[in-house]
Amino acid sequence: MHKALLIDPAKCTSCLQCEMACSFENEGVFNPAKSRIKIFEFEHGARAIPYTCTQCAEAWCLHACPVEALTRNPDTNAVEVSNDICVGCKVCTIACPFGTVNYNKSSGKVIKCDLCGGDPACAKACPTDAITYVDADWTGYERMQASAVSGHGRPA
Amino acid sequence: MSWQRKVLRVDLTKGTCETEDLNMEWATQFLGERGLATKYLWENVDPSVDAMSPENVLIFATGPLTGTMASTSGRYAVVTKGPLTGAIACSNSGGKFGAELKYAGYDLLIIHGRSEKPVYLHIEDDEVEIVPADDIWGTTVWHTEEWLKAHHQNPQMKVASIGVAGEKGVRYACIVNDLHRAAGRSGVGAVMGSKNLKAVAVRGTQGVTVDDPEAFMDVVRTTHERMSGHRGRKELTEFGTNAMIDVMQNFGGLPTRNFQAVQFDGVDKINPAAMVTPNEHGHVNLLTNKACFGCTIACGRIAHIDEEHFTIVNRKEYIHASGGLEYETAYAFGPLVGIDDIDALTYAAFLTNEHGYDPISFGGTLAAAMELFEMGVITEEDTDGIALNFGNAEALTVMAEKTGKAEGFGEILGLGSNRMCEKYGHPELAMTVKGQEFAGYDSRALQGMGLGYATSNRGACHLKHDVFGPDMEDQTGKGKAEPCKDSQDFVAMLDSTGLCLFSAGAGMKPGHFTELVRTACGGDWDDDRLTQTGERVWNLERMFNLKAGLTRADDDLPARLKEVPAPSGTAKGKVSDIDMMIPEYYEYRGWTPDGEPTTQTLQRLGLND
Repeated sequence: MHKALLIDPAKCTSCLQCEMACSFENEGVFNPAKSRIKIFEFEHGARAIPYTCTQCAEAWCLHACPVEALTRNPDTNAVEVSNDICVGCKVCTIACPFGTVNYNKSSGKVIKCDLCGGDPACAKACPTDAITYVDADWTGYERMQASAVSGHGRPA
Repeated sequence: MSWQRKVLRVDLTKGTCETEDLNMEWATQFLGERGLATKYLWENVDPSVDAMSPENVLIFATGPLTGTMASTSGRYAVVTKGPLTGAIACSNSGGKFGAELKYAGYDLLIIHGRSEKPVYLHIEDDEVEIVPADDIWGTTVWHTEEWLKAHHQNPQMKVASIGVAGEKGVRYACIVNDLHRAAGRSGVGAVMGSKNLKAVAVRGTQGVTVDDPEAFMDVVRTTHERMSGHRGRKELTEFGTNAMIDVMQNFGGLPTRNFQAVQFDGVDKINPAAMVTPNEHGHVNLLTNKACFGCTIACGRIAHIDEEHFTIVNRKEYIHASGGLEYETAYAFGPLVGIDDIDALTYAAFLTNEHGYDPISFGGTLAAAMELFEMGVITEEDTDGIALNFGNAEALTVMAEKTGKAEGFGEILGLGSNRMCEKYGHPELAMTVKGQEFAGYDSRALQGMGLGYATSNRGACHLKHDVFGPDMEDQTGKGKAEPCKDSQDFVAMLDSTGLCLFSAGAGMKPGHFTELVRTACGGDWDDDRLTQTGERVWNLERMFNLKAGLTRADDDLPARLKEVPAPSGTAKGKVSDIDMMIPEYYEYRGWTPDGEPTTQTLQRLGLND
C-alpha cells in the first residue's frame, strides 16, 4: 500500500515542529530554512497551513530535469532527488506548479520532500495530527466519514 | 553546540555592528537567555545609570535550547535596566523572533548607545546593517512589521519592534514580535525607544545543532509524549491561560476595582466559556488557538471582535483576527477596572499589541486613575472629558488608544501607577512593588504569591516563582519562604534555557530540563548544577538592584494588602503576612537581615569576584 501525507490545516497551530523535524532528518540540524515542508500563516495567525510536495502522478519536476536526477521511488511513490546527479540547474523549481521544489545554496542542489523513505519525520513530529501519513488511495476517508456522520446523525 | 557561540554587539552612537565570541566561561555559569544576559548586563552597565540614557544597554538573548525541537523552544529574553522600576528588567517573549535570531547565528544581541536619528536593525545571517527608520517611526507595531517584510521583500523575516508608546517613553512600553507576542513587562520597549531603535528585523538560515543529537531526540520524544497526555497541557491548549480567571474568582483571589475587592460579578462574561459562546449577534470571540515556535501546547488565543460592537463599528480596520484574551489581559482589563464587556477587552488587547505596551501595568494604572476619579481627586477636566468610572468600557478603550499614542490623559497613564498617584498626592493607591503593577493574584488570598511579588527582582510579577500549590492549601504566610525561594531559583534556571515556563505546568519535569540541557550543551550538567545556576542568576539580579540603590524597603507590598482585610472569598478577613515572611525568606536565601547576599552565599555561588 502506498501512503501519502494528509494535511489538515484546521489542526495546525503553527508550532513548526514539522519544519525542525524535516531539517533534522535531512540535514542533521534544526533549521526551518532547510525544511521541505513549510507552514504559512495568515490573518495574524488565525489560519496556519502546512504545505509540501504532493508527489504528483504526472510529476512536472521529473519531466523537466535534463539530467534525470529526479526519479520515482517505487516503494514510496515519492519523487526523489539524486544529489550525485543533480547539477543545480533549478529547471525543476520552475516546472513545479506548487513551488515545493527549491534550490539549496549550501549544497548547490535542489531539495524536495521524499517522504523520508516512507517514514516522514514531519508527520511523526506533529503534535496535533495536522500532518498524518495515511493510505494514499484513501486520503479522503476521515473527511468522508465526518460528512457521513454529520449528514445522517451519529451511527447507532 | 546548542549555543551559537557568537554575540552581535551594536553601538548606535557610533553606528557600528561587530561580532565577538560568546564568553563560554559565563555560558557555563549562567547558561543563556535570562541568566547569561544578566551577566552581560552586569559587566556592561553601571546599575546606577538612568534607564533611558544612552549608557543603559539593551540585550536580546536566546538560550541554548532556543530553536531546537524541545517543546516550547521559542523563547528569548530582553534584559536591561528598567525605566518603570529602576531595577533590572527581564522580560521574555515567545512567537518566532527568538528562534530566528538564533538561526541568524547569535546567542545575544547587545545594543549600546543611542542613535542620533530613528533607525532599525536589519540582520540577514552575517549581514547586519543599521538603517534609517524615517518611513516607520511614528507608526504602529503592526504597520512596522508589515512594512519591513514588504520593503525587504522577505516574508520569512521576523520582526521585534516598538510602537509609538515605546518611542514616546511610556514607562511600561513593551517590545512586540510576530504581531502579538511581547517582551511585555517592565518597560523594555521604552528603553528601545530611548535608543531611537524602532525595530530589529531578522532572517536566519543557519540552524542550530546539539551536542548529542540521538540522546537529545530521545528526550524530545519522551517529553513530547508526556506532555501530549498531560492534564495541564490539555487545559492550556483548550482554555488558554484565562482558565485561571474562574479559579481565582472561586478562590477569592481575583483583584477587582484596584484591589478594593477580590471577586468580580462579571467573570462569567469574560471567562473561557464566554470566549466560545455566541453573543446575541451570533458572534463567537475565540477563533482558534496558536503556538509559539516549537511549542506543543499552543495556549495562545486568536480572537476577533463583534463587527457591531461600539469599538469597531466605525473602524473596519479592526475587523480581523489577532491575539485575544490571555488571563492577565482579561484580569487587567476586566475585574481590575470593573469591566465585563468581552469585545471591549479584546479591542483593548489588540491596541496594546498594536501600539506596544504592557496590558498589566496599563490596567493597574487605569484602575488607580479610576479610583482617583471616583474619589474626586481628578475630574473630567483631567481625563479629556471621559468619565473614568469603574465599569466604563469606553473609558478603557479610549484610554487604551490614548496611552498607546501617549496623548492627552494617556500621557499621564503612561507614567505608571506610582508616578501618577504621586503626582495626584495619593501614593497609597498605587498597587505596585518597586513601581511595577501586580498580576491577577491577590496577596491576601495567595500569601506565597505576595512574597514572590515583593521579592521579584523586576518588581511585582507572577512569573518568577511558583508557590501556587502551597498557596491553595494554606492561606497563611507560614512555610512559604522555602517554596518561594526554591521555585524562584528553578524558574531562573528554566528562563535561562530558552524554554517557556509553561512547559513545567504542561508535563515537563525538572529532570527533563536537565536531560535536555545536558544532551544539547554537553558537559556535566546535573540537577544540582542547574538549580545552583538558577540561584546564581537570582543573586546576580539582586546585586544589580542593590547597586542600583534598591533596599530592603523595596521588598514590600502596598498598605492596602497589609492592612485592609480581603472582603470576601476563602481569605475573607485576612491580610498579607508579608512582614513575617520577608525575614524568613532572607535567612533561607543566605542573605543578611537587610536583604543583602552574605559573603558566604556569594562565595558558594561564585559571585564574589
